[in-house]
Amino acid sequence: MYAQMVKSTGQGVKSLDEMDPQERAFQERINRDEKIEPKDWMPAAYRKNLIRQIGQHAHSEIVGQLPEGNWITRAPTLERKAILLAKVQDEAGHGLYLYCAAETLGVSRDELTEDLLSGKMKYSSIFNYPTLTWADMGAVGWLVDGAAIMNQVPLQRTSFGPYARAMVRICKEESFHQRQGYDIMMKMANGSDAQKRMAQDALNRFWYPSLMMFGPSDKDSVHSAQSMAWKIKMNTNDELRQKFVDQTVPQAEYLGLTVPDPDIAWNEEKGGYDFTEPDWSEFFDVIKGNGPCNVERLAARNKAWDEGRWVRDALLAHGEKRRAARVVAAE
Amino acid sequence: MDDTLFEFLLRQGDNTLVLGHRVSEWCGHAPVLEEDIALANTALDLIGQTRMWLGYAGEVEGKGRSADDLAYLRDAWDFRNLLMLERPNGDFGHTLLRQFLFDAFQVPHLKALEDSSDPRIAEIAAKSVKEATYHLERSRETVIALGDGTGESHARMQAALDLLWPYVGEMFLSDEVDTDMAQRGIAPDPASLRQTWDKTVTQALTDATLERPEGDFTHRGGKTGEMHTEHLGHMLATMQFLQRAYPGATW
Amino acid sequence: MSSVSPSPYPETDEKADKPKRHEWPLWEVFVRGQHGMSHRHVGSLHAPDAEMAILNARDVYTRRNEGVSLWVVEARHIAASSPSDKGPLYEPSESKIYRHPTFFDIPDDVGAM
Repeated sequence: MYAQMVKSTGQGVKSLDEMDPQERAFQERINRDEKIEPKDWMPAAYRKNLIRQIGQHAHSEIVGQLPEGNWITRAPTLERKAILLAKVQDEAGHGLYLYCAAETLGVSRDELTEDLLSGKMKYSSIFNYPTLTWADMGAVGWLVDGAAIMNQVPLQRTSFGPYARAMVRICKEESFHQRQGYDIMMKMANGSDAQKRMAQDALNRFWYPSLMMFGPSDKDSVHSAQSMAWKIKMNTNDELRQKFVDQTVPQAEYLGLTVPDPDIAWNEEKGGYDFTEPDWSEFFDVIKGNGPCNVERLAARNKAWDEGRWVRDALLAHGEKRRAARVVAAE
Repeated sequence: MDDTLFEFLLRQGDNTLVLGHRVSEWCGHAPVLEEDIALANTALDLIGQTRMWLGYAGEVEGKGRSADDLAYLRDAWDFRNLLMLERPNGDFGHTLLRQFLFDAFQVPHLKALEDSSDPRIAEIAAKSVKEATYHLERSRETVIALGDGTGESHARMQAALDLLWPYVGEMFLSDEVDTDMAQRGIAPDPASLRQTWDKTVTQALTDATLERPEGDFTHRGGKTGEMHTEHLGHMLATMQFLQRAYPGATW
Repeated sequence: MSSVSPSPYPETDEKADKPKRHEWPLWEVFVRGQHGMSHRHVGSLHAPDAEMAILNARDVYTRRNEGVSLWVVEARHIAASSPSDKGPLYEPSESKIYRHPTFFDIPDDVGAM
């Protein structure tokens, strides 16, 4: 999902009998749906995996500002501009909440940021696709946020307290994001011929990348099994992908748009749609850095960080002077 | 139609429209997340104010033009914003300094407009002044911190101040529109706001260890529409692209 | 018992190895909502000093009309109870059931109480 390629470091899932008493007590707490809090004992691998997962999630929010930010200055009305700006601002807020959750595990936000900027840490593949037309603002809200919500709603119950609390806040704020996207799509789908074409084109380009957001099938992965045992991953990638397709296909029909998959068909037996898997070689290319916008996205983040350094340093220096002055005044 | 009232309202709405647009350009690119979020809040306030000012302007004009029509379907020579606001953002310090110099004008301006003889204007001002007061607090804090912070930040802020200074005078120029507004009790004479502004700015520059530039030359023409910078046309080309490329479409 | 530790967050081994970084400190944010309730912890943020922390808290945590008053405190100034003390600190109150109104049976005839 927003943390598509998190590989846990475990060797496979241990049974309770194989664990030492401390780890067993930890796992039993998770099994009882108790929250793990920052100062509680936790296995090193749990901490490490969480840092990576929450970090990737946070990075995805921040890089995710860019494709939609691309249209803020070109939004077609004052109201659309305000809505889009508020939405992209929320992404910054969500990144902020998530970095703070990661920080409770003993890593700093600046360290995580530097790992993103150097390419050491990843972010969701979806944000390496370009936004070419205004309809893409609709498609991103409808499909990308729709897919994100599928993943984030169950994560409100994740075992790590600060992560779960961040997800609660994020889900509450996100509830308007998908709706504003669909609202744009409705306007386009009911608009002029050019707008209809634009809407269909956006769906064509974002359909498979949206399916990729859930990550490759992990039903046989020991890594995923461990994450699920720890309740830092709540569903398999395939479960979420299926749920997303089942929800989205009727929404596309309502818009009068065609999902770009000729083989999509309702399967009565499984109670869901059959659909074509995305091209996973494309996914791995994007993850490796060869997506259409990887270079631009990282360059934009690096530029903001590098050009902002003097500002961060100056505000800190001023704060320290002010603090020192206060201490002197108090003495 | 009440021509001078329409003209006055365009000046208010174009100021917030153009500055809001510039500030929104920072979204996703600010030096730190907290500043990114704060700048977006400022831009959102300004866009909201624009909808009120230009919405009322359209009503006064009486030709059925909406706030969006005025924002998206006028060309550069019809814009009535201050030149300072249409200039490119420059670095973060330049953006915040421009914000501060404008906020320090806008707060007393809006406070005076709260007593406008035109109840609609008084209403818009009452809502806007709360937002502008926060903008001023934040931009002043940031300008002081950046001026005082490090050697590099001090030098950057002084350079930004020197660059912006020839544009501040335009805020206080009065013409026949202002005279008419003042006579009718609709708006204050801008020149009357200079003293308050000077006080706010001088104190902040002192705290920021910045030197107030010499000279009172001022660029002019933005608010009267006689002259704009070349930057405005490019801003409008971006901002108005969809409305121009797909005339009559609804979004 | 006893152990009061200087921060709500752990000092991990990973952190101990690294040189101290020059970063904006972490602040905890508390918001009092519209309805006269106590300030409630809503999250964290970074800020160079207390003044900016308040402004940042306003911009980050009250975008949806959440509050009318803000507190910020630098995270390192929070003293926190230790998780290992959970039993001794909190379990003794479990047996004091008479502190709860439901402990007492009052006949319905008495009316609201």
